[in-house]
Formats: sequence, structure tokens, C-alpha cells
Amino acid sequence: MSFQEIFIQQVVNGLLLGSFYGLVALGYSMVYGIVKLLNFAHADVYMVGGFCSLTLLTLFKDTFLGNSWTGIVVSMLITMVIVGLLGVVIERIAYKPLREAPRLSLLITALGVSMILYNSVMVVTGGEYRAYKTGLGFQGISIGSVFVTHTQIILTVAAVALMLVLHLFITKTMYGKAMRAISMDLDCCRLMGVNCNKIIALTFFVGTALAASAGTMAGVYYGSLHFFMGFVIGIKAFTAAVIGGIGIIPGAMLGGLLLGLLESFGTQIPFIGSEWKDVFSFSILIIILIFKPTGLLGKKESERM
Amino acid sequence: MSEIVLSLKNLETKYGQIYALKGISLDVYKGEIVTLLGSNGAGKSTTLKTISSLVPACGGTVEFYGKNITNAPPHEIVEMGVIHVPEGRRIFKELNVLENLEMGSFTLKDDVERRKRIERVFELFPVLAERSKQAGGLLSGGEQQMLAIGRALMTDPKVLLLDEPSMGLAPIIVQGIMDIIKTINDGGTTILLVEQNAKVALKLADRGYVLETGEIVMEGNADVLSKDDSIVKAYLGH
Ligand SMILES: Nc1ncnc2c1ncn2[C@@H]1O[C@H](COP(=O)(O)OP(=O)(O)O)[C@@H](O)[C@H]1O
Ligand SMILES: [Mg+2]
Repeated sequence: MSFQEIFIQQVVNGLLLGSFYGLVALGYSMVYGIVKLLNFAHADVYMVGGFCSLTLLTLFKDTFLGNSWTGIVVSMLITMVIVGLLGVVIERIAYKPLREAPRLSLLITALGVSMILYNSVMVVTGGEYRAYKTGLGFQGISIGSVFVTHTQIILTVAAVALMLVLHLFITKTMYGKAMRAISMDLDCCRLMGVNCNKIIALTFFVGTALAASAGTMAGVYYGSLHFFMGFVIGIKAFTAAVIGGIGIIPGAMLGGLLLGLLESFGTQIPFIGSEWKDVFSFSILIIILIFKPTGLLGKKESERM
Repeated sequence: MSEIVLSLKNLETKYGQIYALKGISLDVYKGEIVTLLGSNGAGKSTTLKTISSLVPACGGTVEFYGKNITNAPPHEIVEMGVIHVPEGRRIFKELNVLENLEMGSFTLKDDVERRKRIERVFELFPVLAERSKQAGGLLSGGEQQMLAIGRALMTDPKVLLLDEPSMGLAPIIVQGIMDIIKTINDGGTTILLVEQNAKVALKLADRGYVLETGEIVMEGNADVLSKDDSIVKAYLGH
């Protein structure tokens, strides 16, 4: 492969990986922005999303929907609703009663919710890997010796499209503006007649639904699921959110894409193996944080933890 | 006198175990400007916060047109037409001027009406129209106060609760803000004005109450209060 081909291949890989990170990072960032909580359970709703859509897809297999793109899209949409509602329930039961409590109590509760989620899935699946069988083929397009599957292209486009939809929602609709306003000043929003509980629930719904969509896409792309699959992507997505500036929505998208690309290029550094890719990408991220402690799009004040 | 719009009866509020309001009673009649005076820490902001249900009352009642609204959810109180412009203006700094105003009309579902109200606010505050795309945090103090009042007007309120609108502003700007409050009042909106700046408040108001450590210690017509010896000594300069 020529240098250019390697470059293109890594950009393609990086964008796909990065858009998964971005989708999950959005949920971290939105929830942090609005209730100042590092929602550890967020990585697990990603995993639950994967299993939920696999279950639906298996049901659809022998119906007219099939287990190709039609079935995948329908199961992903239903999954986003179901898991989004799970996010709302988690907030209502576990986090809402603690809204006035010290942040540490909330953090520990989030850890607890995370354990409940992945342990439940572990019990149900027996801790085994589950194959994510789809009816998708391996066709693709070649650019020189670079080969990109249709699946890769469609997933990347879908992930970026979801982020754009979210961006429009946040900037153009009253509910989106209220989310941003609450993250700036919750009490003042109450004075404006905003039903803040409703908006917070909506934030959890949207953030969780996006993570569930990423879980579905990861299943389709990697072809298997595991109850602990959220762990690594959770750390990566959280990092992406911090790099972009936590609480800042476009920051999460930017951070996700950047981390994906860095990792992807990290596999290509001469003389050191691809297992060092995380060291490479995290080193760059640390350097970014040294110069921009509040993240790339972060504001100047340093009140964040 | 006309109808009572807002009536507090023996209202009590506490933070932890400490009472910030020790049973205050106060009436605001339709079309009036009533001012609530008092020094720092007297409980003025707490009074407004209790009316708008930002903090819960632990005794007594708040009535709006005779209806008990004590501890009702804040958004319901806003929808009824009671709007609170908080101390320190509390502009959404990273939203632009237009978005700040839109947030004021959150409870409104009708976009045409929303645009009409924005136009009305822009007529009242032309400077906000010029800066409509600018982030709220970049406005000057006076402009932020105008935005805070404009945002509150977006709900088309029956009663406006203003918490120290003169705070931190130059005298000439304060006068401009007071003129605007008068204009809003002339338009039919009833006003409860909290101030430490007794001089400008009493000039504007019809009646006044004086709050001291959570208790009303004096009330009366504004012109009477502004001549009262103890008020002159305590609040009107040395
Ligand atoms: N959130 C709070 N927690 C505890 N005490 C408070 C709080 N807010 C106000 N207080 C106390 O309540 C009293 C009245 O405060 P406030 O209503 O803000 O006074 P004012 O607006 O007249 O300056 C003060 O003693 C103040 O310290
Ligand atoms: Mg005050």
C-alpha cells in the first residue's frame, strides 16, 4: 500500500470508530451539562442497546423486515425508544431523588446502576459472547488497494447524521434550547416556567437513545456482543467528551471523531506495534488537556471537576 | 381601591432551621407598583423566591387573585402570570439575546404569538434588537437588566416581581430602567419591586413595605415613607 492508501484507509477506519465514540460521548456530555453527573451507567446502556437490537433483529429475521438493512434500521429505532425509556427510568429512580445530594453520592449511585445493568446482562447471556448475525454482505468499494465495505460507509453516514439531527434539535427547537439553558442556570429556567424535570428526563432519553444506537451499530460492525463491551468504549467516549469540553455538545462530537482518528493513525506508527495505539492517542489527548484544560471547545472558567 | 392581585399572609420560609421570613403579610393591588425595601439579608429575595416557589414556604399562604398558590410548581405559577426577574439578572450567558427571549416564552406553544411578543420587547428595548444575535454574557450590565426584564415580559405577565433591578448599575442607567418599569406599569402590569436603593424605588412606587430580618416593620404610601425619619436615616443617605 502506498502512503496515500494507508492514509485513506485510516481516515475511513478512524471516522467510523470516532463516530461511535462521538455518539456515546454525547450522552456523557449532555447529562454532565445538565445535572453535573458523570453517568457511569452510560457505557452500559450502550451495551444494553446492542443486546436489545440483537433480540429484535432475531425476531425480525423470518418476517418481511428480514435481518438486512430494513430489519436493522427498524430494530435500531425501536431499541432507541426502549433503551431511551430505560434511561428515563434510571434517572427517575436512581438520580432524581439525589438531585440536591452531594455529587459524590450521585457518582456512587451511577456506579451501582452500571453494575446492576452489566451484571443483569451477564446473567441473561451467561457471560458469553453473542454473535450479531445480520444478512449483510461484504460488498464494498475499492479505491486503489483500499477496500471499504458498504456497511462501514452506511454506519458512518448514519452516525454522523444522528449527530447532526441532535445538533439541530439542540440549536433550533425550544426543548433543545431549554436543555442548554438548564445546563447554564437551572433555577433561572424554573423561573421561566420551564418544567425542568421534564427536560432532564428528555435529556436522559436522548442521550441514552444515542448510546443505544451506537451499541446497535457496534454489533452490526463487529459482529458480536458481550456484557462488558461498554467498559472500554465508555472510557474512550468519556475521554472524548472531556477533550471536546464536557457539557458542550459539539465538543463531544469533535472529541469522538478526533479520538477515533488518533487511534486509527496510532496503529500505523513505524517501529511500535498497533497495541500501542491507546498510548499514542491518550498521550496526544493529555498534551491537548495541558494546553486547553477545559477541552477544545471548553470555556475559560475551570469550575469543572 | 381595586382588586388584590397578590396577597401574602403570615408567610414563613426557613433555610435549614433558620427563619428568613418570620410571618410576613403584604398585599399588592391591581395596577400598583409596590416596593419592598430592606437592607442586605433582610429577606427580600427570599420573599420573591417564596412567591415564585423557588424555595418552599413553611407557613402562611401566597394568594394570586384569591387563589392559593403556595408551593405550587414554579412553572404553574409562571403560566398563571406571575413572573420573577431574579437578583443579578441571571441571563443565559451563552444563549444569544433572541434565544434568551425565547426561553422567556417557553410555556407558549404559538410561534406567531412568540414573534409578536419579541417584537413588542424590541420596541421597548431597541438596543436588544440591535444585539439580537449577540451572546447574553457579552451585554453590558444595563443591557442585561433590560434583557432580564424583556425575557420576563415574554410570558405576558400580570404581575412582575423585580429583584433589585438597579443593582450594580450607574445612576443614569438606573433612571432608564426605572422609566421602563413605569412604562410597563402604565401598560397594565402590576409590579412588586424589591430594592435596596430606597430613593429611586420610593420615587417610582405607589406604596412600600420595609423588611427587617424577616419581618415587616413599616408600611405605607411611598410619599409618606420617603419623608419618614427612620427610613431617611436608614435607607436614604446620611
Ligand atoms: N440558600 C440559602 N441558604 C441559607 N441561608 C440563606 C439562603 N439564601 C438566603 N439565606 C439567608 O436568608 C436571609 C435572607 O436572605 P435574602 O432573602 O437573600 O435577603 P435580601 O435579598 O434581603 O438581601 C439572610 O440571612 C441570608 O443569609
Ligand atoms: Mg436579595
